[in-house]
Amino acid sequence: MTQLALVIDLNVCVGCHACVTNCKQWNTSGSAGALTDCNPYEANPNGTFFNRVQTFEAGSFPNTETVHFPKSCLHCEDPPCVPVCPTGASYKRKEDGIVLVDYDKCIGCKYCSWACPYGVREFDEQRKEMTKCTLCVDRIYDRNLSEERRKPSCVLACPTGARLFGDVHDPDSEVSVAIRERGGYVLMPEANTKPANHYLPRRKTTLKVRNDELYRSDNPHKIDGAPFDHNLPPATEELN
Amino acid sequence: MRPASSVLFLTTLIGAGQGLFLALFTQQSYALLGQLPMQDAAFYGYGSALALALLAAGLAASFFHLGHPERAWRAATQWRTSWLSREVIVLPAFMGIVFLYGAAHLMHWNPVLFKLPNGLLVDATVLLGCLGTLLAFTLYVCTAMIYACLRMMREWHSPLTVANYILLGGGSGFLLAAAYAAFAAPAQTAFFAAWAFIITLLGLVGRIAALWRNARLRPVSTLQSATGIKHPRIAQKSQGAMGGTYNTHEFFHGKSAAFIRTIKPTFLALGFAVPLLLLMIGHPVASVLLPAFAMQYLGLLAERWYFFAEVNHPQNVYYQTLG
Repeated sequence: MTQLALVIDLNVCVGCHACVTNCKQWNTSGSAGALTDCNPYEANPNGTFFNRVQTFEAGSFPNTETVHFPKSCLHCEDPPCVPVCPTGASYKRKEDGIVLVDYDKCIGCKYCSWACPYGVREFDEQRKEMTKCTLCVDRIYDRNLSEERRKPSCVLACPTGARLFGDVHDPDSEVSVAIRERGGYVLMPEANTKPANHYLPRRKTTLKVRNDELYRSDNPHKIDGAPFDHNLPPATEELN
Repeated sequence: MRPASSVLFLTTLIGAGQGLFLALFTQQSYALLGQLPMQDAAFYGYGSALALALLAAGLAASFFHLGHPERAWRAATQWRTSWLSREVIVLPAFMGIVFLYGAAHLMHWNPVLFKLPNGLLVDATVLLGCLGTLLAFTLYVCTAMIYACLRMMREWHSPLTVANYILLGGGSGFLLAAAYAAFAAPAQTAFFAAWAFIITLLGLVGRIAALWRNARLRPVSTLQSATGIKHPRIAQKSQGAMGGTYNTHEFFHGKSAAFIRTIKPTFLALGFAVPLLLLMIGHPVASVLLPAFAMQYLGLLAERWYFFAEVNHPQNVYYQTLG
């Protein structure tokens, strides 16, 4: 059974909010209707977003690390928001595991948003309906798009490739390999919701530079056409 | 959580309405067993009408909670999984039975249907009363389970939630029945007042137990488990929006710590202590019972406000800093 999901690499997310704006742009232009913006140019701008990027700082100054943390619906395999819905508007698709809201059935009671421990559903103040990430269900199957464009908007927008999209039940998919090989984890495992979306943790990265990478073939710092020292990389001033 | 006034009125009004119906049928049951004098049809009939009015007012209040009230009929479809859907079915069903119960008394639709082996004569009002009692308790359970079934809302996820919805609604309804009897059947006032005292006292015990339990809860989710960042010290620098969001509005009550410190003794005093004192020392007369019911109702509104406000939603861990 397919379970589509996002895998978000916190190691490379730079917190640029491109996923947020592209998500908003795509989903505010869809057939379901616009995503509300309240006071967009005033003191307390507010509005409906399916995706937000938060920022956390781990450690104490000066030994800190900034972690940007994109947060959207996790498309749980056991979603607590679905059984509580009194109208059946909140449902999980059997064929691909996407958790969706049938806006025409939603009565706007907000009960599903209470049941979700992650706070990823947003009530649209103008449409008076509950809204949430759809994994861009209206574009990932769109045959009018070329195959590499059939991905959620946030994934296409990410300039660092921090967002991967695929079937987490297929052990050979890009997302499953990333979860397996890069320590993928889920949020709030204690909630037993089995989120489909996974996060990849920060990693220690070491830069490996070989000497031959520092010496270009046309390096002017040569003596009689040969590097002056085969063992040591040149000092900075020597390169200038 | 931010308490929604529509839900506060819904739960307190129907709680009192259910309690009033239960009180009326309790009296009728005592009368059937010969323990109390049977009252005239008007007493049960107009009492049921009062209960029905409270239930209808609660139902009307609930519509103000909905973004799309015109689609409310759809809420009856998911009774297999959703306690809210079950409540949506049971409330009108119960209202229908209360209406029939009152109408059966007023219209004298009470020919004896059959006779129990012990000689008890069963008429339509008895059958409707039994069915109504079953539905009243089912409705209490449905309303409470809407909250108690949410596993991650630990302040609510407790049998005490169900017990307190029954006891607080019951106490309120029996006290209203006592005030009603002071006008309609003065001889029965003491009976209702005694039950109101007992149920309100049990409600106080249940509510204090819930307060005691909730004060000792520690959040299961931490910023570490919520973000997966492996570090004991994590500070939030941005929540992803400059103004507020739905998340910062819906899941925080937005009141000061001083307000919270005030409302807890207020609801304990108004909702429990004052009515208990009035029931204990006062003569069961309307001039005492009516203010007692009114004060208890205000206290129960405050109690219901606190019931919502005291929940620290797990998502709040993601919203610790504006910016």
